[in-house]
Amino acid sequence: MAERERAAAPPYGGVFVARTRVMGPDDLRRAVTRIAHEVVEHNHGLENLIVIGLQTGGVPLACRLAEVLREIEGTDVPVGRLDVALHRDDIGIRPVMPEAPTDIPFDLTGQAVVLVDDVLFTGRTVRAALDALNYYGRPRSVQLAVMVDRGHRELPIRPDYVGKNLPTRRDEMVSVTGEGVELGEVRRTR
Amino acid sequence: MTRKHLLSIADLELDEIDEILRLTDSFVEVSERAIPKVPTLRGRTVVSLFFEESTRTRLSFETAAKRLSADTMNFSVSTSSVKKGESLRDTVETIEAMGIDAVVVRHASAGVPWQIARWVDAPVINAGDGWHEHPTQALLDCYTIRQIRRAPHGRDVERQGSLDGLRIVIVGDVKHSRVARSNVLAFTRLGAEVTLVAPPTLLPPNLTGWPVAVSHDLDAVLPKADVVYLLRMQRERQVESLPPSLREYVTHYALTRERTRLLSDDALVMHPGPMNRGVEIAADVADLPRSVITRQVANGVAVRMAVLFLMLGSAGGRGA
Repeated sequence: MAERERAAAPPYGGVFVARTRVMGPDDLRRAVTRIAHEVVEHNHGLENLIVIGLQTGGVPLACRLAEVLREIEGTDVPVGRLDVALHRDDIGIRPVMPEAPTDIPFDLTGQAVVLVDDVLFTGRTVRAALDALNYYGRPRSVQLAVMVDRGHRELPIRPDYVGKNLPTRRDEMVSVTGEGVELGEVRRTR
Repeated sequence: MTRKHLLSIADLELDEIDEILRLTDSFVEVSERAIPKVPTLRGRTVVSLFFEESTRTRLSFETAAKRLSADTMNFSVSTSSVKKGESLRDTVETIEAMGIDAVVVRHASAGVPWQIARWVDAPVINAGDGWHEHPTQALLDCYTIRQIRRAPHGRDVERQGSLDGLRIVIVGDVKHSRVARSNVLAFTRLGAEVTLVAPPTLLPPNLTGWPVAVSHDLDAVLPKADVVYLLRMQRERQVESLPPSLREYVTHYALTRERTRLLSDDALVMHPGPMNRGVEIAADVADLPRSVITRQVANGVAVRMAVLFLMLGSAGGRGA
């Protein structure tokens, strides 16, 4: 979760103050359902497909996506968890701390991997994730699913599946929880 | 962690120990990958200054640095200019001038890592100073106990930090052991009850302020122990003959096959290495399933990765 991590880590420490609710729980559910159908259509089924959530914000979304995929196609999709902290390109520039261990107990070689995160912003978290995935094998393809694309990319990365395109200012923040999506600011605590 | 150096367990608050142990989970995962390497500390240089011989600690730090993609420089006294009479300060300043980001130091004299920390800008990690402290050993031992006692699928973060109520028995040459000092501090800070078992001549002359119980009867304490931690008989440090004979020591204080029958089923046997098989630990006891000595070594690499990452990577790095 690039967003929350950045906001919570010192010296950026602050509290998120919501201004607008952008999606509610039902919107979230419908978006996951639509993305699931797109994933099935795009991959012509779910054979050799793995869903990997980025720690920590992408993990609950990855689990929900896998559930919906099972409802649609009747097959179980393996779910992994990936922490990209050790692969980031800003180590030494800003505080970076692993959030929760990676858990990918399968070889990715030859698999189609759907990376799932809550918010796509600069693209640097996804770049780190692509780097990290190399250490687990050579996937047949890597696709990217995000709940919110808020723009401001700094790298040539684009999502394959998007819950909602949300124009934002750079200094705003997007929070994705099970209850929905909110747009707001981080109030500095110091 | 905001601390610049890792010099002793005595300096660390409970939440700092906890942070290191929590972070170690991530590095254990890295060590289990098909390619056990991450690019995290690319371009950083870690120098190991070992003024005293060592196999596992030196190789463990070196492996940890390499798995984080740091460059490593090694130094050992036998092949260095120290042999030509160069002073410690000159040696350290020469190496610093080459551009280093962290110093791992072991020395036979207590306090040397503190002295070096005053001379260099880079973070200093104590890898053992005389009879004084060996903080990364204590951290890896705490991690190993916690890892084994954790529920198999439990991600119960709150309980992970504590060794609450565990009864840990440390047996052997406490007097000359930096491992014992660091471990007593770490185990008790995490809530364990520690009992030292040794002949009186192998205990420090003054135990005032040590939060421990002392016994001279190993057979009496084994049935209640959750962990038996054996210390190496440090014959190279023992100038007088303490104890009178090794055979006498083995009779009273070695963990023999017979003594292991006194242990409860899930009690662990630990040893910091190198082992003297047949002295403090019987040859076959070291290979029992309850002996987690090789697990300690494996976890040592991950704990040291966590320490190097905290010192070099997480805080915002160079000059921060």
